[in-house]
Amino acid sequence: MAKLATEQLEFQEYARRWLEGNRPAPPTVRMPITPLEVMTIPQRDYLQDWQGKVYAAGLVGADYPTEYGGGGHEGFQRIANQEMGRAGTPMMINIVGLNMAAPTILVHGTEAQKKKFIPGCLSAEEIWCQGFSEPGAGSDMANQQTSADRDGDDWIINGHKVWTSLGHFAKWMILIARTSKAHKYDGLSYFLMPIEGHPGVTVRPLVKITGEAGFNEVLFEDSRVSDDCRLDDIGKGWTVAMTTLTYERGAAESAGGGGGDSTHPVQRLVNLAKESWRDGIRASDDPLTRDAIVQRAIVAEGLKQNARRARVPGLCEHPMRLPLQQKVTSSEFAQENARLGVEIAGARSTLYKLDEAAPDQGHWPLAYMNSYGHTIAAGTNEIQRNILGERVLGLPKSK
Amino acid sequence: MSESMPKDYGFGSDEEMLRDLAGKLLDDEMPIEKLRQLVAADPATTYESGQLPGWDQALWKQCVELGWTGLAVPEEAGGVGVKMVGIAALVEEVGKHCLPSPLVATLNATYVLREAGSDEAITWLGRVADGTTATLAITDSTGAWEAERTDVAAAGNDAVTLTGTTYFVQDAFKAEIFLVSAKRGQEVLLCAVRSDAQGVEIRQDHIHDLTRDQATVAFHEVSVAAEDVISTAGAETLRCAWPAILTTVSADLCGTGEWQLQTTVEYAKTRKQFDRPIGFFQAVKHPLSNAMIEIDRARSLVYHAACCIDAGDPEAEKFARMAKSAASDAGRFVSDRSIQLHGGIGFTWECDVHLYFKRSMHNQALFGDGVHQRRHLANHTLGPIGN
Repeated sequence: MAKLATEQLEFQEYARRWLEGNRPAPPTVRMPITPLEVMTIPQRDYLQDWQGKVYAAGLVGADYPTEYGGGGHEGFQRIANQEMGRAGTPMMINIVGLNMAAPTILVHGTEAQKKKFIPGCLSAEEIWCQGFSEPGAGSDMANQQTSADRDGDDWIINGHKVWTSLGHFAKWMILIARTSKAHKYDGLSYFLMPIEGHPGVTVRPLVKITGEAGFNEVLFEDSRVSDDCRLDDIGKGWTVAMTTLTYERGAAESAGGGGGDSTHPVQRLVNLAKESWRDGIRASDDPLTRDAIVQRAIVAEGLKQNARRARVPGLCEHPMRLPLQQKVTSSEFAQENARLGVEIAGARSTLYKLDEAAPDQGHWPLAYMNSYGHTIAAGTNEIQRNILGERVLGLPKSK
Repeated sequence: MSESMPKDYGFGSDEEMLRDLAGKLLDDEMPIEKLRQLVAADPATTYESGQLPGWDQALWKQCVELGWTGLAVPEEAGGVGVKMVGIAALVEEVGKHCLPSPLVATLNATYVLREAGSDEAITWLGRVADGTTATLAITDSTGAWEAERTDVAAAGNDAVTLTGTTYFVQDAFKAEIFLVSAKRGQEVLLCAVRSDAQGVEIRQDHIHDLTRDQATVAFHEVSVAAEDVISTAGAETLRCAWPAILTTVSADLCGTGEWQLQTTVEYAKTRKQFDRPIGFFQAVKHPLSNAMIEIDRARSLVYHAACCIDAGDPEAEKFARMAKSAASDAGRFVSDRSIQLHGGIGFTWECDVHLYFKRSMHNQALFGDGVHQRRHLANHTLGPIGN
């Protein structure tokens, strides 16, 4: 880490002290692995309360302009994120608001939209969900069928969105809908759509492979949204959605979110291997398991160094070459770790989290199954590999 | 990361200029057609008649004039004292051009002289900076990389006599001096021996790689003067130099890998089947994206290892082993795909990809492949077996 400027060092010191002094009481209910899997009201309340507190303390939204509820600083958010990660404090529940809605609104919104929406994204007072995917629009995201028809100062929305994480708690949705059938890409527009208690909106849970109802489907039947809630121009929806995805796919600095288990994922595997047995020896003494764990450690360090090198232009021949890899590499890193954890746990990997003998409270098999959420969401990793081949290597387009 | 570690790996405008100049020189002076003419004009000459592989001595002279043998020699010993990250970036260019030269062998010997730190070593460093080429002669007949292992014995107190054989000596026919590890009782000595010294016998190894030579070097009662014994704690010296050696070979692997990737991408853009460039198909496109991901991981790890070496970080060995593991595995994967995705032509002598395939394969094995590095790393990450 290079030397931080004095004010950044002061902020780091402040963040450290604040987090030490304000560590929340442990939750009384089991917490999910990621904010996208927050299911129950006690889970939501616990995390929403925490995000509100860290926001009030200036550790979330630190780099946003003050007129939109931010701290008005530069380069503080990275420090805050590092410190929250180090302290192992809870995660940010409003992940869609923070990492997708707020940065997109900041780029494309009107002054009034920025003032109205960004503060609630940062404080988690208003939880957001994302309405991009449809039954017929997954990897081919521009194939949107949800329609928005003009009616005076309103738009009338009809359609069906799927894989809507946090939809059951969301007040708002970032929505793409079709405003013209004449053009596939240029016929799309982007809306900031009210969800909670809004007429014509039905949110229904979809059950994941784990048996957890992690996300939802959202049905729109003649549901109205004011034209004030349209983001950027009519027909610019695809461009705006690309901004959102740039943030979602990790190609830009996010506005916050540390937390979760601060133990390094490779160290968790080492700990598991030391208490797992096979053929009378510990898994940590088995050469094949050792090799597999070290491979994970190398990938972990590689991810870290890629993020560092991406900021050194002299060592990157194409500016998007490393950023565009991040979604693939980080989601597969997590998936491979979880899969290896299942392998090391052996027979004990069969145990569901409610079984007391399950290692690490049943973390490994659930993390493994949930990891597919990340290799599929935000553009499947197959689509990402197309993008890498086409945009970075210049290979002919698949579509 | 310690506070003194630069965010940019220490890669500043000087390092960038050095790298770009090297790339330009090699673009001009070692285009692929010339390389083929030099090393692969005729398979019969290369593999059957046992001729030494060709290299461009005039070009090497230019490189020496540019200071390449002094890159890793500290300024106070008469060298250029370039940061490790700059050396790594330059060696990548050398790998990209598959350059036959004594550069990597000389750099590796330089790191060892630098770690020895004795007056004798400093004198030799000055000679290397002036253009003397060198190579390590430290490997036993089993090809083990442990610093303590050697089949050469040293007898005598100040001046010593060497008897025995070293194996897998890189670019032995291009080197003017050998740095030989030899056992004297429990001690490991490192001695600088001129390749034309009385009693030195250099026997050419027949190898696959066309872009270097390799030899078995026998020492028949070779006399070494006291001032040429550069270390009496040779095992420790070698261990200290190991991170830089691993990082340098890894950088060469990253360079060959990038060429293999870009060349295969170009082929996939132009070769048409089913009325389309084959790069349209995901069975071709996705492995190329994967190869890029692997090469990039290796490169980032190489720069980090280099930066840790410059900073004297005690974890440099760990990160250098990570880099060598990642670079060896990336090299293997991109080599594999470079032949396969070129199809039938990729399997022929006339296609250039085998030149890089062989150099990469050689470097993957050199100083330990991925599995070897990970066995060492496991002791660091998990503790020794049975602990």
